[in-house]
Amino acid sequence: MVALSKDRPRHTSQAPQAPQTLKVLWLVLVASYFVIPLLATAVFSLQGPHGQYSLAAFTEELSKAAFLRSFLLSLRLAGETIVVSIVLMVPTAYWVHLRLRRARPLVEMISFLPFVVSPVVLAVGVENVFRKGPSWFVGSPNVLVAVYVVLSFPFLYRALDAGLRSVDIRTLTEASQSLGVSGPGTLGRVILPNLASAILAGSLLTFAIVMGEFTISSLLLFNTFGVYIDYVGTNQATGAAALSLISFVLTWIAMGGIALALQRRGAGRQFMIGGR
Amino acid sequence: MTTANASTPDTKTLSGRSGPRGSLNGWSRRHLAWLGLLPFLAYSTVFLVVPGISVAVSAFHTQSGRFTTTYVVALWHGQFLAANENSIELAVVTALSGGIVGLLAAYCMITLDRPRWLRSFVTTFSGVAANFAGVPLAFAFVATLGTTGAVTKLLANDLGINLDKLGFSLASVTGLSVVYTYFQVPLMVLLVAPAIDGLRSEWREAASNLGASGMRFWRHVGLPILAPSILGAMVLLFASAFAAYATAVALTSGLVTLVPTLIGSYLSGNVIVDPQMGQALGLDMIVILLIAVSAYLPLQRRASRWSR
Repeated sequence: MVALSKDRPRHTSQAPQAPQTLKVLWLVLVASYFVIPLLATAVFSLQGPHGQYSLAAFTEELSKAAFLRSFLLSLRLAGETIVVSIVLMVPTAYWVHLRLRRARPLVEMISFLPFVVSPVVLAVGVENVFRKGPSWFVGSPNVLVAVYVVLSFPFLYRALDAGLRSVDIRTLTEASQSLGVSGPGTLGRVILPNLASAILAGSLLTFAIVMGEFTISSLLLFNTFGVYIDYVGTNQATGAAALSLISFVLTWIAMGGIALALQRRGAGRQFMIGGR
Repeated sequence: MTTANASTPDTKTLSGRSGPRGSLNGWSRRHLAWLGLLPFLAYSTVFLVVPGISVAVSAFHTQSGRFTTTYVVALWHGQFLAANENSIELAVVTALSGGIVGLLAAYCMITLDRPRWLRSFVTTFSGVAANFAGVPLAFAFVATLGTTGAVTKLLANDLGINLDKLGFSLASVTGLSVVYTYFQVPLMVLLVAPAIDGLRSEWREAASNLGASGMRFWRHVGLPILAPSILGAMVLLFASAFAAYATAVALTSGLVTLVPTLIGSYLSGNVIVDPQMGQALGLDMIVILLIAVSAYLPLQRRASRWSR
Protein backbone atom coordinates (compact mmCIF):
# COMPACT_ATOMS: atom_id res chain seq x y z
CA MET A 1 0.00 0.00 0.00
CA VAL A 2 2.67 2.44 1.04
CA ALA A 3 4.90 1.48 -1.84
CA LEU A 4 2.06 1.87 -4.29
CA SER A 5 1.12 5.30 -3.14
CA LYS A 6 4.65 6.47 -3.68
CA ASP A 7 4.73 5.41 -7.33
CA ARG A 8 1.28 6.34 -8.46
CA PRO A 9 -1.19 9.14 -8.07
CA ARG A 10 -3.02 8.68 -4.80
CA HIS A 11 -6.58 8.39 -6.06
CA THR A 12 -6.02 5.31 -8.20
CA SER A 13 -4.57 3.07 -5.56
CA GLN A 14 -5.18 4.53 -2.13
CA ALA A 15 -8.31 5.01 -0.15
CA PRO A 16 -9.65 8.49 -0.84
CA GLN A 17 -8.31 11.01 1.67
CA ALA A 18 -7.54 14.68 1.96
CA PRO A 19 -3.84 15.57 1.75
CA GLN A 20 -1.88 15.37 4.99
CA THR A 21 -0.70 18.97 4.99
CA LEU A 22 -4.28 20.22 4.72
CA LYS A 23 -5.26 18.13 7.74
CA VAL A 24 -2.33 19.34 9.80
CA LEU A 25 -3.12 22.92 8.83
CA TRP A 26 -6.72 22.53 9.89
CA LEU A 27 -5.79 21.02 13.26
CA VAL A 28 -3.28 23.81 13.90
CA LEU A 29 -5.92 26.41 13.05
CA VAL A 30 -8.48 24.84 15.37
CA ALA A 31 -5.86 24.37 18.08
CA SER A 32 -4.98 28.07 18.00
CA TYR A 33 -8.61 28.95 18.65
CA PHE A 34 -8.41 26.79 21.75
CA VAL A 35 -4.99 27.80 22.97
CA ILE A 36 -5.16 31.59 22.52
CA PRO A 37 -7.87 32.23 25.16
CA LEU A 38 -5.92 30.08 27.62
CA LEU A 39 -2.70 31.93 26.92
CA ALA A 40 -4.47 35.28 27.18
CA THR A 41 -5.91 34.23 30.54
CA ALA A 42 -2.50 33.08 31.77
CA VAL A 43 -0.83 36.33 30.70
CA PHE A 44 -3.62 38.35 32.23
CA SER A 45 -3.41 36.51 35.55
CA LEU A 46 0.34 37.14 35.75
CA GLN A 47 0.01 40.90 35.42
CA GLY A 48 1.29 42.55 38.58
CA PRO A 49 -0.07 45.80 39.97
CA HIS A 50 2.71 47.87 38.37
CA GLY A 51 2.76 46.32 34.93
CA GLN A 52 5.43 43.73 35.73
CA TYR A 53 4.80 39.99 35.71
CA SER A 54 4.16 38.42 39.07
CA LEU A 55 2.38 35.58 40.78
CA ALA A 56 0.64 38.05 43.08
CA ALA A 57 -2.85 37.26 41.78
CA PHE A 58 -2.37 33.57 42.54
CA THR A 59 -0.82 33.92 46.00
CA GLU A 60 -3.32 36.60 46.97
CA GLU A 61 -6.34 34.64 45.78
CA LEU A 62 -5.24 31.35 47.23
CA SER A 63 -4.65 32.82 50.68
CA LYS A 64 -8.13 34.30 51.00
CA ALA A 65 -10.42 32.62 53.49
CA ALA A 66 -13.41 33.08 51.17
CA PHE A 67 -11.61 31.20 48.41
CA LEU A 68 -10.74 28.36 50.73
CA ARG A 69 -14.28 28.14 52.05
CA SER A 70 -15.87 27.96 48.58
CA PHE A 71 -13.23 25.57 47.28
CA LEU A 72 -13.62 23.21 50.21
CA LEU A 73 -17.40 23.35 49.88
CA SER A 74 -17.17 22.32 46.22
CA LEU A 75 -14.69 19.56 47.08
CA ARG A 76 -17.04 18.25 49.75
CA LEU A 77 -20.02 18.41 47.39
CA ALA A 78 -18.04 16.58 44.70
CA GLY A 79 -17.09 13.81 47.13
CA GLU A 80 -20.63 13.39 48.44
CA THR A 81 -22.12 13.47 44.95
CA ILE A 82 -19.72 10.78 43.75
CA VAL A 83 -20.53 8.51 46.69
CA VAL A 84 -24.31 8.91 46.43
CA SER A 85 -24.45 8.53 42.67
CA ILE A 86 -22.28 5.41 42.68
CA VAL A 87 -24.25 3.79 45.49
CA LEU A 88 -27.42 4.53 43.53
CA MET A 89 -26.32 3.81 39.97
CA VAL A 90 -23.99 0.79 40.20
CA PRO A 91 -26.59 -1.61 41.66
CA THR A 92 -29.22 -0.16 39.28
CA ALA A 93 -27.10 -0.67 36.17
CA TYR A 94 -26.06 -4.14 37.36
CA TRP A 95 -29.63 -5.12 38.09
CA VAL A 96 -30.86 -3.89 34.72
CA HIS A 97 -28.18 -5.87 32.93
CA LEU A 98 -28.57 -9.05 34.90
CA ARG A 99 -32.18 -9.42 35.80
CA LEU A 100 -34.36 -6.74 34.32
CA ARG A 101 -33.39 -6.22 30.73
CA ARG A 102 -36.95 -5.12 29.96
CA ALA A 103 -36.40 -2.08 32.14
CA ARG A 104 -33.41 -1.00 30.13
CA PRO A 105 -35.25 1.44 27.81
CA LEU A 106 -36.94 2.97 30.85
CA VAL A 107 -33.68 3.45 32.77
CA GLU A 108 -31.99 4.78 29.65
CA MET A 109 -34.82 7.24 29.14
CA ILE A 110 -34.74 8.46 32.74
CA SER A 111 -30.96 8.83 32.72
CA PHE A 112 -31.36 10.92 29.58
CA LEU A 113 -33.97 13.20 31.17
CA PRO A 114 -31.47 15.70 32.63
CA PHE A 115 -30.92 16.82 29.03
CA VAL A 116 -34.62 17.71 28.84
CA VAL A 117 -34.95 19.18 32.33
CA SER A 118 -31.84 21.35 32.10
CA PRO A 119 -30.01 22.72 35.18
CA VAL A 120 -31.82 26.08 35.18
CA VAL A 121 -35.23 24.43 35.00
CA LEU A 122 -34.18 21.86 37.58
CA ALA A 123 -33.27 24.72 39.92
CA VAL A 124 -36.73 26.26 39.40
CA GLY A 125 -38.42 22.89 39.96
CA VAL A 126 -36.42 22.09 43.09
CA GLU A 127 -37.25 25.53 44.44
CA ASN A 128 -40.95 24.86 43.70
CA VAL A 129 -41.03 21.47 45.35
CA PHE A 130 -38.70 21.86 48.31
CA ARG A 131 -39.18 25.53 49.22
CA LYS A 132 -41.08 24.54 52.32
CA GLY A 133 -39.00 21.44 52.98
CA PRO A 134 -36.97 20.77 56.13
CA SER A 135 -34.16 23.26 56.66
CA TRP A 136 -31.47 20.59 57.20
CA PHE A 137 -32.10 19.76 53.58
CA VAL A 138 -33.13 22.97 51.81
CA GLY A 139 -31.12 25.36 53.94
CA SER A 140 -27.92 23.36 53.60
CA PRO A 141 -25.80 22.36 50.61
CA ASN A 142 -27.28 18.85 50.94
CA VAL A 143 -29.88 19.93 48.42
CA LEU A 144 -27.08 20.56 45.91
CA VAL A 145 -25.75 17.02 46.35
CA ALA A 146 -29.24 15.66 45.68
CA VAL A 147 -29.48 17.64 42.43
CA TYR A 148 -25.88 17.01 41.31
CA VAL A 149 -26.54 13.27 41.54
CA VAL A 150 -29.31 13.80 38.97
CA LEU A 151 -26.89 15.71 36.72
CA SER A 152 -24.52 12.73 36.84
CA PHE A 153 -27.17 10.28 35.57
CA PRO A 154 -26.55 10.59 31.81
CA PHE A 155 -22.82 10.00 31.74
CA LEU A 156 -22.55 7.75 34.78
CA TYR A 157 -25.20 5.39 33.44
CA ARG A 158 -23.56 5.37 30.02
CA ALA A 159 -20.14 4.65 31.53
CA LEU A 160 -21.50 1.82 33.69
CA ASP A 161 -23.56 0.44 30.81
CA ALA A 162 -20.49 0.29 28.58
CA GLY A 163 -18.45 -1.22 31.41
CA LEU A 164 -21.04 -3.91 32.06
CA ARG A 165 -21.29 -4.73 28.37
CA SER A 166 -17.57 -5.36 28.15
CA VAL A 167 -17.56 -8.11 30.79
CA ASP A 168 -19.73 -11.20 30.87
CA ILE A 169 -21.52 -10.34 34.08
CA ARG A 170 -23.98 -13.19 33.82
CA THR A 171 -21.27 -15.83 33.81
CA LEU A 172 -19.36 -14.02 36.53
CA THR A 173 -22.48 -13.81 38.69
CA GLU A 174 -23.34 -17.48 38.17
CA ALA A 175 -19.80 -18.54 38.95
CA SER A 176 -19.76 -16.43 42.07
CA GLN A 177 -23.12 -17.71 43.28
CA SER A 178 -22.29 -21.32 42.60
CA LEU A 179 -19.34 -20.79 44.91
CA GLY A 180 -21.81 -19.68 47.56
CA VAL A 181 -21.31 -15.92 47.54
CA SER A 182 -24.37 -13.86 48.42
CA GLY A 183 -25.96 -11.27 46.10
CA PRO A 184 -24.36 -8.17 47.67
CA GLY A 185 -21.09 -10.09 48.02
CA THR A 186 -21.09 -10.81 44.31
CA LEU A 187 -21.71 -7.18 43.53
CA GLY A 188 -18.94 -6.01 45.85
CA ARG A 189 -16.27 -8.63 45.23
CA VAL A 190 -16.84 -9.72 41.65
CA ILE A 191 -18.69 -7.06 39.70
CA LEU A 192 -17.20 -3.91 41.23
CA PRO A 193 -13.57 -4.78 40.48
CA ASN A 194 -14.53 -5.39 36.87
CA LEU A 195 -16.27 -2.03 36.73
CA ALA A 196 -13.45 -0.18 38.47
CA SER A 197 -12.26 1.77 35.46
CA ALA A 198 -15.79 2.77 34.43
CA ILE A 199 -16.56 3.87 37.98
CA LEU A 200 -13.30 5.79 38.22
CA ALA A 201 -13.98 7.55 34.91
CA GLY A 202 -17.52 8.41 35.96
CA SER A 203 -16.28 9.74 39.31
CA LEU A 204 -13.66 11.95 37.70
CA LEU A 205 -16.18 13.41 35.30
CA THR A 206 -18.55 14.04 38.21
CA PHE A 207 -15.67 15.70 40.03
CA ALA A 208 -14.92 18.00 37.07
CA ILE A 209 -18.56 18.96 36.68
CA VAL A 210 -19.25 19.63 40.36
CA MET A 211 -16.04 21.67 40.78
CA GLY A 212 -17.12 23.97 37.95
CA GLU A 213 -20.84 23.99 38.63
CA PHE A 214 -22.37 27.45 38.75
CA THR A 215 -25.97 27.41 37.49
CA ILE A 216 -27.75 25.57 40.27
CA SER A 217 -25.60 26.69 43.17
CA SER A 218 -25.87 30.36 42.22
CA LEU A 219 -29.64 30.16 41.70
CA LEU A 220 -30.14 28.34 45.02
CA LEU A 221 -27.76 30.85 46.68
CA PHE A 222 -24.85 28.68 47.73
CA ASN A 223 -21.29 29.94 47.63
CA THR A 224 -19.52 27.21 45.68
CA PHE A 225 -16.20 27.55 43.84
CA GLY A 226 -17.96 28.45 40.57
CA VAL A 227 -20.04 31.12 42.25
CA TYR A 228 -16.96 32.49 43.99
CA ILE A 229 -15.04 32.84 40.69
CA ASP A 230 -17.96 34.82 39.29
CA TYR A 231 -18.03 37.03 42.39
CA VAL A 232 -14.29 37.73 42.15
CA GLY A 233 -14.74 38.58 38.48
CA THR A 234 -17.10 41.44 39.28
CA ASN A 235 -14.40 43.46 41.02
CA GLN A 236 -11.00 41.90 40.46
CA ALA A 237 -10.17 40.72 36.96
CA THR A 238 -6.67 39.31 37.50
CA GLY A 239 -7.85 37.25 40.45
CA ALA A 240 -10.70 35.85 38.36
CA ALA A 241 -8.26 34.97 35.58
CA ALA A 242 -6.05 33.15 38.09
CA LEU A 243 -9.01 31.20 39.46
CA SER A 244 -10.19 30.37 35.93
CA LEU A 245 -6.79 28.85 35.21
CA ILE A 246 -6.94 26.82 38.41
CA SER A 247 -10.35 25.56 37.35
CA PHE A 248 -8.94 24.66 33.95
CA VAL A 249 -6.09 22.71 35.53
CA LEU A 250 -8.56 20.82 37.75
CA THR A 251 -10.58 19.83 34.69
CA TRP A 252 -7.38 18.78 32.95
CA ILE A 253 -6.35 16.58 35.87
CA ALA A 254 -9.76 14.91 35.91
CA MET A 255 -9.75 14.24 32.16
CA GLY A 256 -6.14 13.06 32.20
CA GLY A 257 -7.19 10.64 34.95
CA ILE A 258 -10.05 9.36 32.81
CA ALA A 259 -7.74 8.88 29.84
CA LEU A 260 -5.31 6.93 32.03
CA ALA A 261 -8.05 4.86 33.66
CA LEU A 262 -9.39 3.80 30.30
CA GLN A 263 -6.14 3.58 28.39
CA ARG A 264 -6.36 -0.15 27.91
CA ARG A 265 -9.92 -0.10 26.71
CA GLY A 266 -9.28 2.76 24.31
CA ALA A 267 -12.76 4.03 24.99
CA GLY A 268 -12.01 7.14 26.99
CA ARG A 269 -13.84 9.58 24.83
CA GLN A 270 -17.36 8.40 25.49
CA PHE A 271 -16.81 8.97 29.19
CA MET A 272 -15.78 12.56 28.83
CA ILE A 273 -19.12 13.98 27.77
CA GLY A 274 -20.74 15.57 30.76
CA GLY A 275 -23.87 17.57 31.28
CA ARG A 276 -23.94 21.29 31.57
CA MET B 1 -33.81 -7.77 46.04
CA THR B 2 -32.69 -10.69 48.19
CA THR B 3 -36.12 -12.32 48.07
CA ALA B 4 -35.99 -12.45 44.31
CA ASN B 5 -32.52 -13.90 44.54
CA ALA B 6 -33.24 -16.54 47.10
CA SER B 7 -36.62 -17.76 45.88
CA THR B 8 -35.39 -19.35 42.67
CA PRO B 9 -31.72 -20.16 42.95
CA ASP B 10 -31.78 -23.03 40.48
CA THR B 11 -33.88 -21.53 37.70
CA LYS B 12 -31.52 -18.60 37.46
CA THR B 13 -29.38 -20.01 34.73
CA LEU B 14 -32.31 -21.22 32.72
CA SER B 15 -34.33 -18.06 32.98
CA GLY B 16 -31.30 -15.90 32.46
CA ARG B 17 -30.56 -17.49 29.13
CA SER B 18 -34.05 -17.70 27.75
CA GLY B 19 -35.51 -14.56 29.25
CA PRO B 20 -37.92 -14.14 32.12
CA ARG B 21 -40.79 -15.87 30.30
CA GLY B 22 -38.98 -19.17 30.43
CA SER B 23 -38.93 -19.41 34.22
CA LEU B 24 -41.40 -21.54 36.07
CA ASN B 25 -42.89 -19.11 38.55
CA GLY B 26 -42.35 -16.26 36.14
CA TRP B 27 -45.07 -13.97 37.37
CA SER B 28 -43.79 -13.29 40.85
CA ARG B 29 -40.17 -13.24 39.71
CA ARG B 30 -40.91 -10.76 36.99
CA HIS B 31 -42.61 -8.43 39.40
CA LEU B 32 -40.22 -8.86 42.29
CA ALA B 33 -37.33 -8.00 40.03
CA TRP B 34 -38.73 -4.49 39.70
CA LEU B 35 -38.06 -3.99 43.41
CA GLY B 36 -34.38 -3.80 42.58
CA LEU B 37 -35.09 -0.74 40.50
CA LEU B 38 -37.04 0.96 43.27
CA PRO B 39 -34.22 3.12 44.71
CA PHE B 40 -33.35 4.55 41.31
CA LEU B 41 -36.97 5.10 40.31
CA ALA B 42 -37.81 6.72 43.64
CA TYR B 43 -34.76 8.98 43.52
CA SER B 44 -35.34 10.17 39.98
CA THR B 45 -39.03 10.72 40.69
CA VAL B 46 -38.35 12.93 43.70
CA PHE B 47 -35.42 14.94 42.35
CA LEU B 48 -36.03 14.98 38.62
CA VAL B 49 -39.53 14.06 37.48
CA VAL B 50 -41.56 15.84 40.17
CA PRO B 51 -39.54 19.11 39.92
CA GLY B 52 -39.91 18.98 36.14
CA ILE B 53 -43.67 18.40 36.35
CA SER B 54 -44.05 21.12 38.97
CA VAL B 55 -42.60 23.64 36.53
CA ALA B 56 -44.98 22.53 33.77
CA VAL B 57 -47.99 22.68 36.11
CA SER B 58 -47.06 26.02 37.68
CA ALA B 59 -46.76 27.55 34.21
CA PHE B 60 -50.53 27.18 33.91
CA HIS B 61 -51.41 28.56 37.32
CA THR B 62 -51.43 31.97 38.95
CA GLN B 63 -49.61 32.47 42.21
CA SER B 64 -52.86 31.98 44.07
CA GLY B 65 -53.37 28.65 42.29
CA ARG B 66 -56.00 29.59 39.71
CA PHE B 67 -55.73 27.97 36.26
CA THR B 68 -54.61 30.36 33.53
CA THR B 69 -53.03 30.30 30.10
CA THR B 70 -51.91 33.96 30.31
CA TYR B 71 -48.25 33.19 30.98
CA VAL B 72 -47.89 30.51 28.36
CA VAL B 73 -49.59 32.72 25.78
CA ALA B 74 -47.25 35.57 26.71
CA LEU B 75 -44.31 33.43 25.53
CA TRP B 76 -45.24 34.39 21.97
CA HIS B 77 -44.90 38.11 22.62
CA GLY B 78 -42.39 40.83 23.36
CA GLN B 79 -39.18 40.03 25.20
CA PHE B 80 -40.16 36.39 25.70
CA LEU B 81 -40.41 35.85 21.97
CA ALA B 82 -37.12 37.73 21.56
CA ALA B 83 -35.48 35.50 24.19
CA ASN B 84 -36.62 32.41 22.31
CA GLU B 85 -35.39 33.81 19.00
CA ASN B 86 -31.99 34.73 20.46
CA SER B 87 -31.58 31.39 22.22
CA ILE B 88 -32.57 29.39 19.15
CA GLU B 89 -30.33 31.47 16.88
CA LEU B 90 -27.39 31.00 19.25
CA ALA B 91 -28.03 27.27 19.51
CA VAL B 92 -28.46 26.72 15.76
CA VAL B 93 -25.44 28.84 14.79
CA THR B 94 -23.10 27.17 17.29
CA ALA B 95 -24.45 23.69 16.55
CA LEU B 96 -23.53 24.31 12.90
CA SER B 97 -20.17 26.04 13.52
CA GLY B 98 -19.13 23.65 16.28
CA GLY B 99 -20.52 20.72 14.31
CA ILE B 100 -18.66 21.42 11.09
CA VAL B 101 -15.36 22.46 12.70
CA GLY B 102 -15.55 19.52 15.11
CA LEU B 103 -16.41 17.00 12.40
CA LEU B 104 -13.44 18.06 10.26
CA ALA B 105 -11.15 18.09 13.31
CA ALA B 106 -12.26 14.58 14.29
CA TYR B 107 -11.72 13.39 10.74
CA CYS B 108 -8.19 14.86 10.66
CA MET B 109 -7.39 13.45 14.09
CA ILE B 110 -8.42 9.93 13.10
CA THR B 111 -6.86 9.79 9.64
CA LEU B 112 -3.49 11.28 10.58
CA ASP B 113 -1.29 8.40 11.76
CA ARG B 114 1.56 10.56 12.94
CA PRO B 115 2.34 11.75 15.53
CA ARG B 116 1.14 8.81 17.56
CA TRP B 117 0.22 10.85 20.62
CA LEU B 118 -2.05 13.11 18.54
CA ARG B 119 -5.16 11.08 19.00
CA SER B 120 -5.11 10.56 22.74
CA PHE B 121 -4.04 14.16 23.20
CA VAL B 122 -6.90 15.56 21.10
CA THR B 123 -9.38 13.27 22.84
CA THR B 124 -8.25 14.27 26.34
CA PHE B 125 -8.11 17.93 25.40
CA SER B 126 -11.63 17.66 23.97
CA GLY B 127 -12.76 16.25 27.28
CA VAL B 128 -11.23 19.20 29.08
CA ALA B 129 -12.55 21.86 26.72
CA ALA B 130 -16.03 20.33 26.51
CA ASN B 131 -16.30 20.48 30.30
CA PHE B 132 -14.48 23.78 30.70
CA ALA B 133 -17.63 25.80 30.30
CA GLY B 134 -19.33 28.34 32.44
CA VAL B 135 -17.74 31.16 34.37
CA PRO B 136 -14.03 30.32 33.79
CA LEU B 137 -14.66 30.11 30.04
CA ALA B 138 -16.38 33.48 30.11
CA PHE B 139 -13.38 35.08 31.85
CA ALA B 140 -10.95 33.43 29.45
CA PHE B 141 -12.74 35.16 26.60
CA VAL B 142 -12.95 38.47 28.43
CA ALA B 143 -9.15 38.28 28.72
CA THR B 144 -8.96 37.51 24.99
CA LEU B 145 -11.69 39.37 23.13
CA GLY B 146 -13.03 41.72 25.82
CA THR B 147 -12.52 45.46 25.48
CA THR B 148 -9.02 45.21 27.00
CA GLY B 149 -8.44 41.61 25.90
CA ALA B 150 -5.11 40.44 24.50
CA VAL B 151 -6.37 39.75 20.97
CA THR B 152 -8.49 42.92 20.91
CA LYS B 153 -5.40 45.00 21.76
CA LEU B 154 -3.23 43.10 19.28
CA LEU B 155 -5.73 43.69 16.47
CA ALA B 156 -6.12 47.36 17.33
CA ASN B 157 -2.42 48.20 17.82
CA ASP B 158 -0.76 46.10 15.13
CA LEU B 159 -3.41 45.68 12.47
CA GLY B 160 -5.56 48.74 13.03
CA ILE B 161 -8.71 46.66 13.41
CA ASN B 162 -11.00 48.05 16.05
CA LEU B 163 -13.39 45.28 17.07
CA ASP B 164 -15.53 47.70 19.02
CA LYS B 165 -16.04 49.98 16.01
CA LEU B 166 -16.85 46.94 13.88
CA GLY B 167 -19.72 46.34 16.24
CA PHE B 168 -18.26 43.23 17.88
CA SER B 169 -19.00 42.70 21.52
CA LEU B 170 -18.80 39.57 23.65
CA ALA B 171 -22.16 40.56 25.12
CA SER B 172 -24.09 39.91 21.92
CA VAL B 173 -25.45 36.86 20.14
CA THR B 174 -22.43 36.95 17.80
CA GLY B 175 -20.01 37.29 20.73
CA LEU B 176 -21.69 34.46 22.60
CA SER B 177 -21.52 32.30 19.45
CA VAL B 178 -17.74 32.71 19.37
CA VAL B 179 -17.52 31.70 23.04
CA TYR B 180 -20.00 28.79 22.87
CA THR B 181 -18.07 27.32 19.93
CA TYR B 182 -15.32 26.65 22.47
CA PHE B 183 -17.30 23.87 24.11
CA GLN B 184 -19.29 22.87 21.01
CA VAL B 185 -16.27 21.85 18.87
CA PRO B 186 -14.79 19.40 21.42
CA LEU B 187 -18.25 18.02 22.17
CA MET B 188 -18.64 17.29 18.47
CA VAL B 189 -15.22 15.65 18.33
CA LEU B 190 -16.12 13.35 21.22
CA LEU B 191 -19.52 12.54 19.75
CA VAL B 192 -18.59 11.77 16.12
CA ALA B 193 -15.13 10.25 16.51
CA PRO B 194 -16.55 6.76 17.24
CA ALA B 195 -18.69 6.96 14.09
CA ILE B 196 -15.78 8.00 11.88
CA ASP B 197 -13.75 5.24 13.48
CA GLY B 198 -16.47 2.82 12.49
CA LEU B 199 -16.07 3.55 8.77
CA ARG B 200 -14.40 0.35 7.71
CA SER B 201 -11.40 0.49 5.46
CA GLU B 202 -12.95 -2.31 3.40
CA TRP B 203 -15.66 0.11 2.30
CA ARG B 204 -13.11 2.63 1.17
CA GLU B 205 -11.13 -0.01 -0.64
CA ALA B 206 -14.23 -1.48 -2.27
CA ALA B 207 -15.30 1.94 -3.48
CA SER B 208 -11.88 2.76 -4.82
CA ASN B 209 -11.61 -0.65 -6.52
CA LEU B 210 -14.84 0.14 -8.28
CA GLY B 211 -13.27 3.35 -9.48
CA ALA B 212 -14.87 5.82 -7.08
CA SER B 213 -12.93 9.03 -6.50
CA GLY B 214 -12.57 10.56 -3.04
CA MET B 215 -15.54 12.84 -3.58
CA ARG B 216 -17.71 10.01 -4.85
CA PHE B 217 -16.79 7.81 -1.92
CA TRP B 218 -17.90 10.48 0.53
CA ARG B 219 -21.05 11.33 -1.42
CA HIS B 220 -22.32 7.80 -1.88
CA VAL B 221 -20.83 5.83 0.99
CA GLY B 222 -19.10 7.84 3.72
CA LEU B 223 -21.56 10.65 4.34
CA PRO B 224 -24.74 8.55 4.04
CA ILE B 225 -23.36 6.21 6.69
CA LEU B 226 -22.18 9.04 8.91
CA ALA B 227 -25.26 11.25 8.38
CA PRO B 228 -27.34 9.97 11.32
CA SER B 229 -24.36 10.28 13.69
CA ILE B 230 -23.54 13.78 12.47
CA LEU B 231 -27.15 14.97 12.66
CA GLY B 232 -27.64 13.36 16.06
CA ALA B 233 -24.49 14.97 17.42
CA MET B 234 -25.56 18.36 16.08
CA VAL B 235 -28.95 18.00 17.74
CA LEU B 236 -27.14 17.39 21.04
CA LEU B 237 -24.98 20.47 20.40
CA PHE B 238 -28.17 22.46 19.85
CA ALA B 239 -29.51 21.24 23.18
CA SER B 240 -26.26 21.97 25.01
CA ALA B 241 -26.10 25.56 23.71
CA PHE B 242 -29.79 26.18 24.26
CA ALA B 243 -29.51 25.08 27.89
CA ALA B 244 -26.20 26.83 28.69
CA TYR B 245 -26.60 29.36 31.46
CA ALA B 246 -23.37 30.09 33.33
CA THR B 247 -21.30 31.36 30.40
CA ALA B 248 -24.08 33.68 29.25
CA VAL B 249 -24.67 35.12 32.71
CA ALA B 250 -20.98 35.75 33.38
CA LEU B 251 -20.47 37.36 29.96
CA THR B 252 -23.59 39.41 29.39
CA SER B 253 -25.08 39.96 32.85
CA GLY B 254 -28.49 40.07 31.20
CA LEU B 255 -27.64 42.36 28.26
CA VAL B 256 -28.67 39.66 25.81
CA THR B 257 -32.11 38.21 26.50
CA LEU B 258 -31.88 34.43 26.42
CA VAL B 259 -34.37 31.89 27.74
CA PRO B 260 -32.09 30.40 30.45
CA THR B 261 -30.81 33.75 31.73
CA LEU B 262 -34.35 35.16 31.80
CA ILE B 263 -35.47 32.17 33.88
CA GLY B 264 -32.51 32.84 36.16
CA SER B 265 -33.49 36.44 36.74
CA TYR B 266 -37.03 35.40 37.63
CA LEU B 267 -35.82 32.75 40.05
CA SER B 268 -33.30 35.01 41.78
CA GLY B 269 -35.98 37.68 42.17
CA ASN B 270 -34.42 40.27 39.87
CA VAL B 271 -37.74 40.48 38.06
CA ILE B 272 -40.68 40.99 40.37
CA VAL B 273 -43.55 41.49 37.90
CA ASP B 274 -45.35 38.24 37.10
CA PRO B 275 -42.97 35.80 38.81
CA GLN B 276 -44.94 32.95 37.22
CA MET B 277 -43.37 33.87 33.86
CA GLY B 278 -40.25 32.06 35.11
CA GLN B 279 -42.28 28.84 35.27
CA ALA B 280 -43.74 29.42 31.79
CA LEU B 281 -40.25 29.96 30.39
CA GLY B 282 -39.16 26.78 32.17
CA LEU B 283 -41.92 24.88 30.39
CA ASP B 284 -40.84 26.55 27.14
CA MET B 285 -37.33 25.21 27.66
CA ILE B 286 -38.53 21.71 28.58
CA VAL B 287 -40.63 21.55 25.39
CA ILE B 288 -37.85 22.73 23.07
CA LEU B 289 -35.28 20.37 24.63
CA LEU B 290 -37.81 17.54 24.53
CA ILE B 291 -38.21 18.08 20.78
CA ALA B 292 -34.43 18.07 20.35
CA VAL B 293 -33.96 14.89 22.39
CA SER B 294 -36.81 13.12 20.59
CA ALA B 295 -35.03 13.90 17.33
CA TYR B 296 -31.74 12.64 18.74
CA LEU B 297 -32.82 9.22 19.99
CA PRO B 298 -34.04 7.77 16.64
CA LEU B 299 -30.97 9.19 14.90
CA GLN B 300 -28.81 7.51 17.51
CA ARG B 301 -30.58 4.20 16.94
CA ARG B 302 -30.13 4.52 13.21
CA ALA B 303 -26.45 5.40 13.62
CA SER B 304 -25.74 2.37 15.79
CA ARG B 305 -26.80 0.07 12.91
CA TRP B 306 -23.35 0.30 11.44
CA SER B 307 -21.37 -0.06 14.61
CA ARG B 308 -19.71 -3.44 14.95
